[in-house]
Amino acid sequence: MIKFTINGKTREFSGDPTTPVLWYLRDELQLTGPKFGCGMAQCGACTVHIDGVAQRSCVLPVSAVSGSRITTIEGLSEDGEHPVQQAWVEHKVPQCGYCQCGQMMQAASLLASNPTPSDDEIVQSMSGNICRCGTYPRIHKAIKSASKAMASVQYYVPDTKGEEA
Amino acid sequence: MSQYFDLSRRGFLKSSATVGALVFGTYLAGGAPRVIAGVLAKPSESAKRANLFVALRPDGIVEITCHRSEMGQQIRTAIAQIVADEMEAAWDQVVVIQGKGDPKYGDQNTDGSRSIRYNMQRLREMGASVRYLMREAAAKRWNVSIDSCSAEQHKVTHSSGKSLSYADLVSDALNLTPPDADKVPLKKRSEWRYINTAMEHIDLKDIVTGKATFAADVLEPKALIAVVVRPPVVGGKAKSFDATAAKAIAGVVDVIEIPAPTGAPQFQPKGGVAIIAKNTWAAIKGRRALTVSWDDGKNGDYNSEAFKKDLLATVASPQSSVRKIGDAENILAKASNKLVADYYAPHLAQAPMEPPCATAMYHKDRVDVWAATQNPQADMATVAAMVGMDKEQINVHVTMLGGGFGRKSKPDFSAEAAYLSMKTGKAIRVQWTREDDIQNSFYHAVSAQHIEASLDKNGAIEAYLHRTAFSPIASTFIEGATAPLGFELRLGFTDNPINTPNMKLESGEAPAKTRVGWMRSVSNIFHAFAVQSFIAEAAHKAGRDQKDYLLDTIGPDRILDVTEQNAEYDNYGADKATYPLDISRLRQVIEKVADMSNWGRKLPKGRGLGIAAHRSFLTYVATVVEVEVSESGELDIIKSWVSIDAGTVVNTDTVKNQVQGGSIYGITAAISKGITFDEGRVQQSNFHDYRVPRMSDSPLDVEVEIIPSNAPPAGVGEPATPVYAPALCNAIFAACGKRIRQLPIGDQLKA
Ligand code: FES
Ligand code: FES
Repeated sequence: MIKFTINGKTREFSGDPTTPVLWYLRDELQLTGPKFGCGMAQCGACTVHIDGVAQRSCVLPVSAVSGSRITTIEGLSEDGEHPVQQAWVEHKVPQCGYCQCGQMMQAASLLASNPTPSDDEIVQSMSGNICRCGTYPRIHKAIKSASKAMASVQYYVPDTKGEEA
Repeated sequence: MSQYFDLSRRGFLKSSATVGALVFGTYLAGGAPRVIAGVLAKPSESAKRANLFVALRPDGIVEITCHRSEMGQQIRTAIAQIVADEMEAAWDQVVVIQGKGDPKYGDQNTDGSRSIRYNMQRLREMGASVRYLMREAAAKRWNVSIDSCSAEQHKVTHSSGKSLSYADLVSDALNLTPPDADKVPLKKRSEWRYINTAMEHIDLKDIVTGKATFAADVLEPKALIAVVVRPPVVGGKAKSFDATAAKAIAGVVDVIEIPAPTGAPQFQPKGGVAIIAKNTWAAIKGRRALTVSWDDGKNGDYNSEAFKKDLLATVASPQSSVRKIGDAENILAKASNKLVADYYAPHLAQAPMEPPCATAMYHKDRVDVWAATQNPQADMATVAAMVGMDKEQINVHVTMLGGGFGRKSKPDFSAEAAYLSMKTGKAIRVQWTREDDIQNSFYHAVSAQHIEASLDKNGAIEAYLHRTAFSPIASTFIEGATAPLGFELRLGFTDNPINTPNMKLESGEAPAKTRVGWMRSVSNIFHAFAVQSFIAEAAHKAGRDQKDYLLDTIGPDRILDVTEQNAEYDNYGADKATYPLDISRLRQVIEKVADMSNWGRKLPKGRGLGIAAHRSFLTYVATVVEVEVSESGELDIIKSWVSIDAGTVVNTDTVKNQVQGGSIYGITAAISKGITFDEGRVQQSNFHDYRVPRMSDSPLDVEVEIIPSNAPPAGVGEPATPVYAPALCNAIFAACGKRIRQLPIGDQLKA
């Protein structure tokens, strides 16, 4: 039995421990925000937070996250109010939208660890996330906006291990 | 409690933030519809149909049908903008209902950048007709003349000042006979309130909260998951397979062979063996455990290196004439100042971010399908053939598409799901992996071109000969076809804009040894690459500025009718009086983008600007790219500028987003190794070896200007793509003097 917290709820998993977190989230919990894009940590569509840090859930076996706190886009905020989500709306970033949950989770993780990233730091952090629709210029601008918004208020509570809802 | 918010502080955060850079709590600013309806929302049972695209609920809510597929171009929003504007519906009283596949809508093939072009007029008429009915209903109620009643924002007002809301008028209006389309007054452009604005798209909030429903997100019906191993060679089939190990995997419930198709590929599944499992991971593991031996068939000898040589040999000798004016061959035979160049570009895969995926449920009398399809009527036909039903029996629900780019107008994946559902009697979702997508696409054609031109004493092109050869899309529909269908040549080849008294365009034949299909802007990609690179090469030879030479080469303002030069040209199926090939508009976008990019400015060493311009899908685009190439040959794309004239546009922000994205999509052609074959098999499998642009490959700024225009609407989704690779390669030449004639760029800058 593997135990973890997903979007604030404690969960137990008793299936195949090699199951990637992505498929557990999607197939069993019907949390369909994280997407399947490559299955080999090449595209970032499946990005979720493990203890507050962005990771590729498609290559992460459930057995490796025992005791961790997992957050998907569904748990990033209650109603799309995370500064990153708001910046995504402000800049009308998405086209098809398929990559965007992964992009936002990556961006939120970046800003949690580095609230004022430079242009290059944004590129470095975001280049593992592919957007075939080519929204990169808007993603870059949206991250700068979110960074500004977060700098003015203490909005994001970075990882506090062991928090339970 | 959310882990990311300090809820006790939220009141403070919201109020203090309003004075900050970003205004919080403005989610609905710009007006998302009040009634947010996802792509699978059903029409309300109480709604009554006013016409094909509009239904009215008793409470006045308006249901607008979107019959085109949503894949990021925001067609769901654009259709609502058009109808609601003419109808004078309040934006917060509108919901969009996604239309199923149904011939009653006419064409639904969301492809060819034509949703707005095909539909704008009739959508305006349908909206205006309902506005007229509302006015008429109010006039009758008040016993006044219709001319004394005006409709605005869900309300009809009489000249006396009294008014009635649309909700009050719904049942009266629905009992009236709609006026003939040509009797309905349409708004003047100056009266538009939604059309030609940048309003927020209706699915934006669903997308940023992870609620948008893509094909794999369909939860009803609860489906078993199928992952299929397909023949690695097109035309091949499974000889035998051993499913023992696969069946031993926990969660695997069945292993089923899918028959290999016969004849031309069309949109049929490739055949193969499906692992059916209770969840995706079990299906993937099951497939790994399966062993299949293949009969490769006649394409087992496909090798990209050998094929490239054949294509280049083809364009080295005369081929069939496509367009001819003057006597280019003779002049070129005698010319002394000549430029000769061969261009080559490999196969590409569309690689939409969402791999193909569909769910099907087979019933005795029908099949229900939920698919990320660009072309639901093709799903109807393909699925019907696969399960032996009539296409009217196939119900196709269109989900959101995680990108399409042409891949998803070929519904082989829906037919797989339907077949497997028929065999198992269960709901089946076929999930393609990225490997499946990269290795089983309908690929953008591999191509070679040969161009020669003679320059007169001023450096102008006095004679021009251009030959093209590529594996044609024709082969997907006609078994063994080696000659392109007419439309493949009309995409950027036949309509060459070079103004010269002597031009000869020729097309060669080539077999297709894989499945070939359209990819965003199709053969415009390699044709514009060759033409626009060649013009820049000629500019250099003539010692002229690229941009000035480009303008001189396309010549003065005029309408170019290539059919006067022994050519067939269908102008994207559009009437040439309404959508002429207007060189003045091509000149205008070039001049505009030159302004935007401050063309001609002095640049530091290692930097360069390149320009390219092209008309495709009836839209004119010019792009300037600025690059830096380091001493060691590292390429950095600094910035791009794009000017687009697409005639009348519906959503200005969507157009900009499409143009930015279409530009970046164009980088694929330059940096990707492409798709190559050996022994008939695709040599790439996922994003590690099929490179697509990442943020680190892209400019961080793609500045777009839309030329204001009252011309009829033209295409938007595709036209920014073909100009990008030539503008980029022209910039590279300006930066470091290296001319790229063969794509991808690969190591050519390092040599
Ligand atoms: S699906 Fe996980 S990185 Fe692509
Ligand atoms: S918005 Fe379509 S893949 Fe990123």
